[in-house]
Amino acid sequence: MKTLAIGWDRTVLELKMYFREKEAVFFSFAFPIIMLAMFAMIFSDSFGQGDAADAGVNAARFFLPGMVAAGVMLTSFQSMALSVAVERDDGTLKRLRATPMPPVSYFLGKVGLVAITSLAQFLLLIAVARFAFGVQLPSDAGRWVSFVWVFLLGVASGTVLGIAYSSLATSSRSVGAIVIAPALILQFISGVYFAFTDLPDWLKQVASLFPLKWIAQGMRSVFFPDSWQTQEMAGTWEHGRTALVIAAWAVAGLLICARTFRWTKRGTT
Amino acid sequence: METPIHVSGLRKAYRTRAAVDGIDLDIHSGEVFALLGPNGAGKTTTVEILEGFRERDAGEVSVLGEDPRTAGLRWRDRLGIVLQSSTGLDIVTPREALATTAKVYSRARDVDEVIAAVGLSDKADDRIGKLSGGQRRRVDVALGIVGSPELLFLDEPTTGFDPQARRDFWELIQSLAGSGTTILLTTHYLDEAEHLADRVGVIAAGRMLALDTPANLGGRASSRATVTWEDEAGTRHTERTSTPTQLVAQLAARHGGEVPKLTVTRPSLEDTYLSLIAPHLDTPTEDLKLEEVTA
Repeated sequence: MKTLAIGWDRTVLELKMYFREKEAVFFSFAFPIIMLAMFAMIFSDSFGQGDAADAGVNAARFFLPGMVAAGVMLTSFQSMALSVAVERDDGTLKRLRATPMPPVSYFLGKVGLVAITSLAQFLLLIAVARFAFGVQLPSDAGRWVSFVWVFLLGVASGTVLGIAYSSLATSSRSVGAIVIAPALILQFISGVYFAFTDLPDWLKQVASLFPLKWIAQGMRSVFFPDSWQTQEMAGTWEHGRTALVIAAWAVAGLLICARTFRWTKRGTT
Repeated sequence: METPIHVSGLRKAYRTRAAVDGIDLDIHSGEVFALLGPNGAGKTTTVEILEGFRERDAGEVSVLGEDPRTAGLRWRDRLGIVLQSSTGLDIVTPREALATTAKVYSRARDVDEVIAAVGLSDKADDRIGKLSGGQRRRVDVALGIVGSPELLFLDEPTTGFDPQARRDFWELIQSLAGSGTTILLTTHYLDEAEHLADRVGVIAAGRMLALDTPANLGGRASSRATVTWEDEAGTRHTERTSTPTQLVAQLAARHGGEVPKLTVTRPSLEDTYLSLIAPHLDTPTEDLKLEEVTA
């Protein structure tokens, strides 16, 4: 009980700190929303006619699944990897370890932060898509069920993988390059900014190893017309495989965390 | 009464270099103990072993009756730890940081009362990043004492303070000691140790070179005093003696009253400390380097 109460207290503190850190708010929270708005305006003409227009897909609807997927990755993986690495480097983790705080409460605080920021970000994204760009949102329950499990699995795997990945950064100075560069590349090859179909096959295979591609694909199954699944690599939405790959990454991330998580900097024990 | 800290035969090596090479130490309940020593002497390693942050290679360690290696959260509930540097709280306020820290302790003090005790009532709602170095260190101490610890670790608490801030800080530590908290302090400043500590331990090269009250450290109280004066011709005389009073009386008789430019000095804590650690320094001191240059 006390562990949960402290976890919630940490969530509140984490949220305060998150929204006071202007860079974090911009680069992980607002970024996908801004990108969606920009893409929707820049590419509005290309979606005015043809197949897309016939299927009711405008530019904003076309980019929405990718931006939702990118948002999941930024608010979970990227913000966890950055914050935990910085907290380890500046001694925050050591200071917390010096108190009788249950370690689980720390992680609950992080989970609470990610859950609330990613949900808020998603709600803003679809609000912008719906009200600024007139995107038709899915109305049947089945699609929202798909959304819920893809979103939850995506956020869970991103969170544990971010915490696991934080151990690779040896100082807070290197953390930006170590976290942001791979995250950016992954976004480009996973069909977040470009249509996944435009990528060469070998790059698609590489992207398929990582969870972001599957989160993006899952989100396309939520927001795209059903007839578009023929464009996917397998010609279907592949819900089963999507769930399996993301869940496998989540479990792997959890195991890596359990084995490698440190409260102090490397070389100090 | 229980001994808050008991250490015997403590050893810790990094690869082949012994950082702590057989240290024995007992700190009594309610005592303020200062650990002195040059950089790399083994102070931080020793303290971090006691705090449960580092593993030891050999030796017996008991802190508040438990082995820090295996002690759990219930043990941490009775400790206060002020680390050497703590950052990462820049974007919260002292009140926020203390309120969330207080929640994890079973016997937490009132947050406002702690803020007042460290003299931060005016700054309680400012971002910690905007505070001065001395004020931030007060936040660190506040975080260390909010759980009403029985034992408080203070690692170089006043490094980088201006003299007034250091004086204020000393008063804060003395008031804590007055309320019965056992305090283990590490410091570079000899005046700080002399001012605050009941006993002082000097560590160099991983060993405890001396352990005593500040006044008696290294046989200071009983060591010979240096008496200097000038004779009628203006020539300066220096004599080291174990009976300075007798010498001064003789001089006074010889001069028929006032002895010109008389001084009587005993080694300061700093003199004693420097002569203790001198054989253990890898690099020559500044003075020696200067002599080499001028020679």
